[in-house]
Amino acid sequence: MASAEDVQKLAALSRLSIPEADLAHTAKEFDAILAYVGKLEQLTLPAKYAGTAGAVRNVFRIDGEPHAKGKHTKALVAQFPDKEGNYLKVKQILSHD
Amino acid sequence: MTKPANELSMVEAGKMLRDHTLTVQELWDACSSRAHARNPELNAYLELFPADGPAIQAAQKRIDTERDTAPALCGIPLAIKDNILIEGHLASAASQILSNYTATYDATVITKLKADGALFLGRANMDEFAMGSSTENSAFGPSKNPHDTSRVPGGSSGGSASAVAGHLALAALGTDTGGSIRQPAAHCGLVGLKPTYGRVSRSGAIALGSSLDQIGPLTKSVADAQLLYDVLKGHDPLDATTITDATYPAPKIKEKLIIGVPYDLLSDGIDEDVRATFDATLARLAEAGHTLVSVSLPTSEYALPTYYVIMPAEASTNLARYDGMRYGKSTTGKNLLDEYLGARTEGFGPETIRRILLGTFVLSSGYIDAYYRKADAAREVLTNEYDEAFKTCDVIAFPTTPAPAFAFGEKTGNPVSMYLEDVFTVTACLTGMPAISVPMGMVERGGKQLPIGMHFTAPKGAESILFTAGALITGEALY
Repeated sequence: MASAEDVQKLAALSRLSIPEADLAHTAKEFDAILAYVGKLEQLTLPAKYAGTAGAVRNVFRIDGEPHAKGKHTKALVAQFPDKEGNYLKVKQILSHD
Repeated sequence: MTKPANELSMVEAGKMLRDHTLTVQELWDACSSRAHARNPELNAYLELFPADGPAIQAAQKRIDTERDTAPALCGIPLAIKDNILIEGHLASAASQILSNYTATYDATVITKLKADGALFLGRANMDEFAMGSSTENSAFGPSKNPHDTSRVPGGSSGGSASAVAGHLALAALGTDTGGSIRQPAAHCGLVGLKPTYGRVSRSGAIALGSSLDQIGPLTKSVADAQLLYDVLKGHDPLDATTITDATYPAPKIKEKLIIGVPYDLLSDGIDEDVRATFDATLARLAEAGHTLVSVSLPTSEYALPTYYVIMPAEASTNLARYDGMRYGKSTTGKNLLDEYLGARTEGFGPETIRRILLGTFVLSSGYIDAYYRKADAAREVLTNEYDEAFKTCDVIAFPTTPAPAFAFGEKTGNPVSMYLEDVFTVTACLTGMPAISVPMGMVERGGKQLPIGMHFTAPKGAESILFTAGALITGEALY
C-alpha cells in the first residue's frame, strides 16, 4: 500500500510537487495501477530469459564537418525563458536559501 | 468530380492532380475550408496553418512538369500530430509545458514530406505527450469522433484520426507507442500502420517511450498507408535506432495467406458484436482460400502489465528534460529547485504526472528487479513466442480493440480501465513488430453506427504482408 508519504517522496525524486489535498487520491490510484502491473509477479520465466542484453556496438555518428558557428544560435536563444544577450540566464545553482 | 476533393483518398487525389481535373490549390482549399468549418466542433487540430502559397505553387509546377514521375505525395495536404517538429511552428505535444515551444528544426519525416512536395494543414491534437487512449489528456481539450461526437476518437493520435475521418485532411501522421495509431484508426474507421521498430526515423519526434515509439500513417485506405509508409521509411543518421532494408529478410508475398488466430486470448472481454464481426471477417477470408490456424501466445496475458512498467520507466526518463530552463513553460521561484518544481508541476497534466511517478517507482533501487527487469525479460519471452508463432503463419489477427469508441468521461476516473484499451495493440510495440488496423465493419451503439478494426501483426520488416492482408479486408487493389 502506497502512503501519502511514499507519493511525496516519489514526487520529490521526480521534481514534482503534489498538493497535500491530492496525496490520498494519488496514493489510491497508484495502488490500483501497481495491483494491475503486479500481475507480473505471477509470471514464471525460464532461467535463460533473465534479462539478456544485445551485443554492445557503437551507435554514435562519426564526427563530420561542424555547422557554421552561430547558425542555430538565434533560433535557440529565442526559446530561452530568460536571457542576457546570447546567454541563458538561470537562478544561482548553489545558494544559501 | 463525384465527391468533394477533401473526401478523396491520396491515391484518388494524386490521379486527379495528374489528370488536371483538380489543382493543388483547389485540393488545399477544399481541405482547409472543411477544416476551418468543422474544427470548432471536432477540435481535431490545435492549430490550422495559413496556406503556404509558394509551396502550393511549387507542387503544382512539379506536377505540371514531371507529370507521372512527380512524387506521389506532391500537393497532398496532411495533418501532422503535434509531437512531430515542423520548423518555425509550435510543437506542444498537447502539453502546457511546451505550449510556447517553437520547433527549431524539421523532424526527418517532415524533411522527407517537404522534399516530395506534401503540404501541412496544421498540428493535430493528441493526448499529452502521447499518453492516453482518448485525447481526453490533451491540455487543450479533447478531439471528437466524427462518427459520433459524444464519443472519443481514440488516442493518443486522436486528433489525426478525427481530422482524416472527418475529411479535414486526406491523411495524417501519428505516433504509436502502445497502440496510439491503430486504436484511433479503429475507432474512426481508418487504416493505421505502426511500422517495424526502427523503420521510420524518430529524429524530431517528441519522445515518450524510446524503445517503443514509431511514427506512422493514418489514412483512408490501405493503398494510401502504403504510399505514405514508402516515403517515411528509411535509415537516418540522425536516429541511431533506424534500420535498413537489409536488416530483416524481404518477406515473400503469397497469393494465399496463413492467418494465425490466438483463440485462447479471445474467449472473454470482447463485445459480442465485435467478436461476431471478427469471426465473420475471418470466415470470409477462409472461404476465399486463405488458411486459418490457431496460435498460442500464452505470455500475451502479461503484455499490458509489462507495457505499463516499461513505458512509464522510459517516459519518466524522457520527460526529465522538461525543466522550464531552456525552452517551454517557466515559472519564477525563490531558488532553482523551486523553478523546476513550478514549471513541471504546472506544466504537466494529471496522467503525465501519474506516469512519471510510476516510472520513477519502477526504476527505484528497491523495486527495479521486481518490476522493470521482470518486465524486460517478459518482453523477450513474448517476442520469442511471436517468432515461434510466425513459423506457422504469415500474420496474426486480433480485433484492434475489444469494443468500439467509448463515450467521453466513461474511463477518465479509472486509469486501469483506460489502459485496457491497448490490450491487443501493445504487443506489437513490445516486440518491435509491424502491425496494421483496417476497418472491418460497423456496430451500433446508442443508435449510431461505429467502426471497428481488424488488427494484423507481421514479422519484423514484413509491412508488405500487412498491406496485402489489409487489402483483403477492404477489398482494395494495391499499386
